[in-house]
Amino acid sequence: MTAGDGGGSEAASFLARLRVFEGLPAVTGGRGKDPVNAAMIRHWCEAMGDTNPAYTGPDAVAPPTMLQAWTMGGLSGHGGRSDAYDELLALLDAAGCTSVVATDCEQEYLRPLRPGDTVTFDAVIESVSPRKTTRLGTGHFVTTRMDVLADGEPAGTHRFRILKYAPAAAPAPTAPARAPARPRRPRPVVNRDNQGFWDGVREHRLLIQRCTSCTALRFPWLPGCNACASLEWDTVQACGEATVFSYVVMHHPPFPAFDPPYAVALVELAEGVRMTTNITGVPHDRVRIGMPVRLEFLRVDEDLELPVFRGGSEA
Amino acid sequence: MNIGDTLDPLEIPITRTLIVAGAIASRDYQDVHHDAHLAREKGSPDIFMNILTTNGLVGRYVTDRLGPGAVLRKVAIRLGAPNHPGDTMTLTGTVTAADGDTLEIRVVGANGIGHHVTGTVTVALPAPPPAGGASGGAA
Repeated sequence: MTAGDGGGSEAASFLARLRVFEGLPAVTGGRGKDPVNAAMIRHWCEAMGDTNPAYTGPDAVAPPTMLQAWTMGGLSGHGGRSDAYDELLALLDAAGCTSVVATDCEQEYLRPLRPGDTVTFDAVIESVSPRKTTRLGTGHFVTTRMDVLADGEPAGTHRFRILKYAPAAAPAPTAPARAPARPRRPRPVVNRDNQGFWDGVREHRLLIQRCTSCTALRFPWLPGCNACASLEWDTVQACGEATVFSYVVMHHPPFPAFDPPYAVALVELAEGVRMTTNITGVPHDRVRIGMPVRLEFLRVDEDLELPVFRGGSEA
Repeated sequence: MNIGDTLDPLEIPITRTLIVAGAIASRDYQDVHHDAHLAREKGSPDIFMNILTTNGLVGRYVTDRLGPGAVLRKVAIRLGAPNHPGDTMTLTGTVTAADGDTLEIRVVGANGIGHHVTGTVTVALPAPPPAGGASGGAA
């Protein structure tokens, strides 16, 4: 939702958030799950129909174009992928760019890989593009550059570009297929600065940060204090009482997983900080500024629970 | 070879088996490369070839045409029209630069809907066989 269609300044501020990741590591200390080996070389050559004799026999080398294959996580997942890269992908996921397609691959081969070589690799996030619209959908190109080593020696470089995109409307299914799953709400971007908040939500505790230098409360969670710049903080648990400070009713544009019209409220907690949330228990057209509301936790799906505020129970 | 020389084309039938075998041989388990239903949910009409397979086919094409002594130095590719099952991709190559034993070859892989891949391959040729003990001639 952050990158709204055509929202020039919103798109620019979203891009600025993405660009923070440029230059950060994508993989640190990655290690190939298997050493270079004849079996994977043979499977590759069979699939590609490649009968080059250089890839078989006692002096075999691996096909150079296998470079990336030695670094793949496979079904058991990627090792060594950085928090920064996961956060970047999560930020794009949360903006609806949930699909991924590879678009470019540029490899340079510095020395052949031979069976027995141990593969290690490091990668950096080289660039994140502005928002682009393609035939597949709208999204951002993310370019990474990987250095691959064999037994500690430089063996190749691998620049890779993916498009993280929000799929354009899927074509109508050709046969009656199983009912499409209801789109899920965007996932929160959980990072080291707000992890504690989401840990609290899981325990049904709404936690507010408190500066331990000047005692100012702050919300949403931030690394430092806006009042005195101190980086030291602890938390206080919100009592759950709040009032509607302001609200809007969303009619358009519709986002997957949301049924317009619905109210989006800014509530002021009894502790004094304000929070953007949904109001439950009251029709969207009955929400009013000053209305008392009370914290509850809404189970959105099997993976996500959100703090929301219920109104109208004493009316 | 000289600048402007072309390599014989190579036709590759894009079968479902090739797409799936290439994805698994490259350890790429993204569902769009093996599950047609999930590929459609993501806006694609069917499964499609992954970039690692395309990369492997481009490398194979160049060494098939130049002989097993040819050594790939760089392969840089960009994908366009996807390779879906039932299509055929025809790879063609043109020498765009030659420097000593090193050639730069522009490769295009065209399928029924457009250019699946465009790219540049830098390849080192084996030293020419000694011709009766004479000094090596220019390539």
